[in-house]
Amino acid sequence: MLDLYSEGNSRLHTMKPGWKILGLAISGSLLFAVDNILFSIAFLAVTLALFAAAGLPLRRAWAQIRPVIWIFVLIMIAQALFNSWWVGLFVIIRFAVLLMLAGLLTLTTRSSEMIDGIEAGLRPLSRLGLRTRGISLAISLTLRFIPVLASVVREVREAQYARGLERNILALTIPAIVRTLKMSEDISDAIDARGF
Amino acid sequence: MIEIQNVSLTLDDRPVLRNISLSLSEQRIAIVGSNGSGKSSFARLLNGLRTPTEGSVRVDGLDTRKQARDIRRKVGFVFQNPDNQIVFPIVEEDVAFGLKNLGIPPDTRTEMARDILQRYGLSAHSKHPAHNLSGGQKQLLAIAGVLVMKPDYVVLDEPTTLLDLRNKLRISNAIDALEQAAIVVTHDLDLVKDFDRVLVFENGRVLADDVPNAALNRYVEAMLDA
Amino acid sequence: MTTKDIVLIALFAALTAALGVIPQITLPMGVPITAQSMGVMLAGAFLGAKRGGLAIILFLALLAVGLPLLAGGRGGLGVFFGASGGFLIGFPVGAFMIGYLFDRYAGRPPLFPSILFMLLGGVGVVYLFGVPWLAVIAELSVWQALAASAAFLPGDVIKAVLASLILREVRKAIPNL
Repeated sequence: MLDLYSEGNSRLHTMKPGWKILGLAISGSLLFAVDNILFSIAFLAVTLALFAAAGLPLRRAWAQIRPVIWIFVLIMIAQALFNSWWVGLFVIIRFAVLLMLAGLLTLTTRSSEMIDGIEAGLRPLSRLGLRTRGISLAISLTLRFIPVLASVVREVREAQYARGLERNILALTIPAIVRTLKMSEDISDAIDARGF
Repeated sequence: MIEIQNVSLTLDDRPVLRNISLSLSEQRIAIVGSNGSGKSSFARLLNGLRTPTEGSVRVDGLDTRKQARDIRRKVGFVFQNPDNQIVFPIVEEDVAFGLKNLGIPPDTRTEMARDILQRYGLSAHSKHPAHNLSGGQKQLLAIAGVLVMKPDYVVLDEPTTLLDLRNKLRISNAIDALEQAAIVVTHDLDLVKDFDRVLVFENGRVLADDVPNAALNRYVEAMLDA
Repeated sequence: MTTKDIVLIALFAALTAALGVIPQITLPMGVPITAQSMGVMLAGAFLGAKRGGLAIILFLALLAVGLPLLAGGRGGLGVFFGASGGFLIGFPVGAFMIGYLFDRYAGRPPLFPSILFMLLGGVGVVYLFGVPWLAVIAELSVWQALAASAAFLPGDVIKAVLASLILREVRKAIPNL
């Protein structure tokens, strides 16, 4: 499965996803509960050490915050104008730690393991009348059809390229959606035909 | 044996099948006909995916209208486009899906899936995404996913229409090798020349019902007349 | 919920992901618009409140477990903590709202109300979640956060119009949907 998992066999890789999620939740709460910049800086150091412990180079930690750099700049400007640059720095460090920790969870946990975890977590709810079988099926179907529909969008794009419409959003999405909806009938027949 | 008695089917106020009565017991039966002749809808009646507007369809005495669940276990269905039939992302997961629905325990499921993938030459791909298979491999996977459930009959709806020549031959061989009775809807006249019986559908009716040569001649004549 | 409902929910979740493949258009002031957030509007409009909301929840769940489904290949839990985390959380609520409003018209409102509903759910509701989140995470006032988000507003309005046009054309192509 195409995911953001990074191969490895550290303690973090082998730990059950549930513990990692719990750890992330506790870390996030602590970061906001303890309103102290030194605490946040210490937490940053621990986080970077965790990346090293998982065998991940520091540029993977940097990659977690790179997409929001412009937000950091925005925060810094706003805080420098309305409060002080000190508060800005504090907010940015706390924010960066949170993003890195979340990224660490994603990098060390396979999507399939997380999905198994979700399904195991939902199972007790089936006694309350929730159709967990349906939820499992929906998850699998989505994973199956993401690449199929991405190919459909790509095919439509190539077809429209021939007509010079490859940058026209309507010309791309309308045929893709029509095909998606037409597929739905056969797919649900196929599922029923196999005794679902 | 599948018995079709006085069956008519209307979809969105449009008559699709008109008063058809047939009794199907041969090992290899083909259904040919032009687009819109009603042959695909007819195929869907055979395993209860559609129920007739009038008349009845019985599989080994079970009525598709009343015992749809049992009938779907008896009659496997392979669709034209395997992309619409493969519903799980990983090859072996997809094969296991039908078995899971039958309530077969996980260990047995894995074993049965392994056996059938071996039979269709897909063992090397069992842990791969289904999306990366070739068109012919996808169709073989779709067939494997149905056959692993051990149905008594298999209905195949245009299984070779989207395939190139080499893959057509692979599917054709796979159909020949089936132990089950097979009912194949197709445009591919080569595929059916050794079948026991060929039904020609036209405009919601059975135009011809004969051995392959005679039936196919009637079909070609009818196409040329129109 | 029928098999067909489950299939449609999964297909619209997958479609929302697949729309990330369409290259983004950059507005003159440098703000990117992606086709992806149109998936939210389309899911609500085509599937109605319940199924539309569930389709987008499913999309977010797969994003959270680490699939790189956002335009540009981003994914994982981190995107929920990021600056746009609140907007993501607002997506399924927005889809539900659009679906609710469309359900009042049996899924076929005229063009003008359709655009209005897309704006209410796809922009109004989504910003209602996104802006306060941005304010909290960046320690800004809500007004400052709103001002920072306003750059995306023109793109969002364009998307509401496009989604309404797409809906109209697809309904023409498949009348008995």
